[in-house]
Amino acid sequence: MTSRVAAFGAVLLCLAACQRETRALTGQAAPSAPAVAPGELRAGGGLASPPVDPAGAAYEGNAFEISEGQRNYDWFNCYGCHGAGGGDIGPALMDDEWRYGGAITQIRASIADGRPNGMPSFRDKLTDRQLWQIAAYVRSMSGRADKLAASSRNDEMRTTPPTNQARPGPEQSDTSGGEVRR
Amino acid sequence: MIRRLLALTPAFALTGCGGAQSVLDPASDQAASVFGVWTLMLWICGIMYALVLAFLALAIWRARRGLAGPPLAEGQKSPADRPLLRWLTGWVGLVVAGLLVLTFGSFLVDRQLAMADQRNALTVRITGYQWWWRVEYDDPVPSRRFVTANELHLPVDRPVRLELEAGDVIHSFWVPNLSGKQDLIPGRTNRLLVTPRRIGQFRGQCAEFCGLQHAWMALDVTVEPQTTFAAWAEAQRRAPPAPATAQAVHGRDVFVGAACNSCHQVVGQPAQGQTGPDLTHLASRRSLAAGARPYSRTALDEWLKNPQALKPGNHMPLVKMRPEERAALVAYLDTLK
Repeated sequence: MTSRVAAFGAVLLCLAACQRETRALTGQAAPSAPAVAPGELRAGGGLASPPVDPAGAAYEGNAFEISEGQRNYDWFNCYGCHGAGGGDIGPALMDDEWRYGGAITQIRASIADGRPNGMPSFRDKLTDRQLWQIAAYVRSMSGRADKLAASSRNDEMRTTPPTNQARPGPEQSDTSGGEVRR
Repeated sequence: MIRRLLALTPAFALTGCGGAQSVLDPASDQAASVFGVWTLMLWICGIMYALVLAFLALAIWRARRGLAGPPLAEGQKSPADRPLLRWLTGWVGLVVAGLLVLTFGSFLVDRQLAMADQRNALTVRITGYQWWWRVEYDDPVPSRRFVTANELHLPVDRPVRLELEAGDVIHSFWVPNLSGKQDLIPGRTNRLLVTPRRIGQFRGQCAEFCGLQHAWMALDVTVEPQTTFAAWAEAQRRAPPAPATAQAVHGRDVFVGAACNSCHQVVGQPAQGQTGPDLTHLASRRSLAAGARPYSRTALDEWLKNPQALKPGNHMPLVKMRPEERAALVAYLDTLK
């Protein structure tokens, strides 16, 4: 009798794990923090007062969003300037040097608003969700994303190792206020 | 009543065998030959199956009767041994004969397919991508070649040489009414000869698992009279009419100015993208997104609203635009006849 109850309990416990992540294919992201005025930028030192958006954490730790970010990175031609992460006419993204801050909120702001000396603004080209996804992928390039969420396999042939093998170096940017706390 | 219903059941089951995507409804020489082998196999295997069941029933019936007799003594042979040996020898003979008929039948059909008449053949190059088909009609005159997508028009009674290639992973070309399957392998060209004999609309389907949207990788096939085909091909070679209404002109500007033109081509417009399906005559096609929806303006609008919702995982990104821009884009794409 006891063993039967134990078996039943074990089955119930197993079933508790049967939850599948729901992927919002059409869902819109929650409205993000307001744009950063160029006057607030400080090259090399991040933002004077980086806005923190708690929405970022959900993208940073989610494998689906990071891989969608990788597809968006290809589709919207981030390659054109940043290469596969090693940089070209744009700065490298796989090292740990962040001119405008390495927190996901700051990376998202850089993509959305553009930055001096060549980075265009993508606010009108990308949906809010796509901005977050690309920011999450860019962060994963330098090994900053959750190891379980970062991709172990690139979609296409790359010169760079898979993002879950990227080793974060000493981060050289001011993320003191921008880091999303979990 | 029950008996009548039972008699009707096979008839109901057979009604599912016709149609636009069926091996049992051949519309070309090649499919008819293969269907011949299939019918032969069905008859031989069906008869053998019936015989096996009949002998099994007979054995059960005889065994029950045989139990009534006196038991056999040590070393005494059963009177059933000799007839059993005779039956089994005959059985082996029957199996060998059936296999020989099938082997010769398939050999003859294979020979017939390999030696089919290829004179005056039309050449069409089909390339499989995740998850759509690029269809290029070859012509000795380069300016008369043209490209379309997810749609194959064939003239009736004229052999067609299909050159099958793949752009990314392995796919398989399968239009059951026209021919058997043939794989599309990256880096090599496979050839398939088809001679359509019946006018009609058929459906092809990728038959080799190629990723997330493998199921929605369909090909609309139309077999039409030679004059209709020639007219269709002439129309495909022409650039679509320039947009006439103000909304369509706006839509064209959206197409050329937004991300659309980096992947898609529209002949006659500064849109030369080659990574996505050619859209030159999009509005003349039967379906959208490789068979995902029948073509209509509403379906097109739904597709552009979020391609990832209709066909999750496909390689077309959601391109951000305002509702009026999307309406203009739909109006423009709808003029591409």
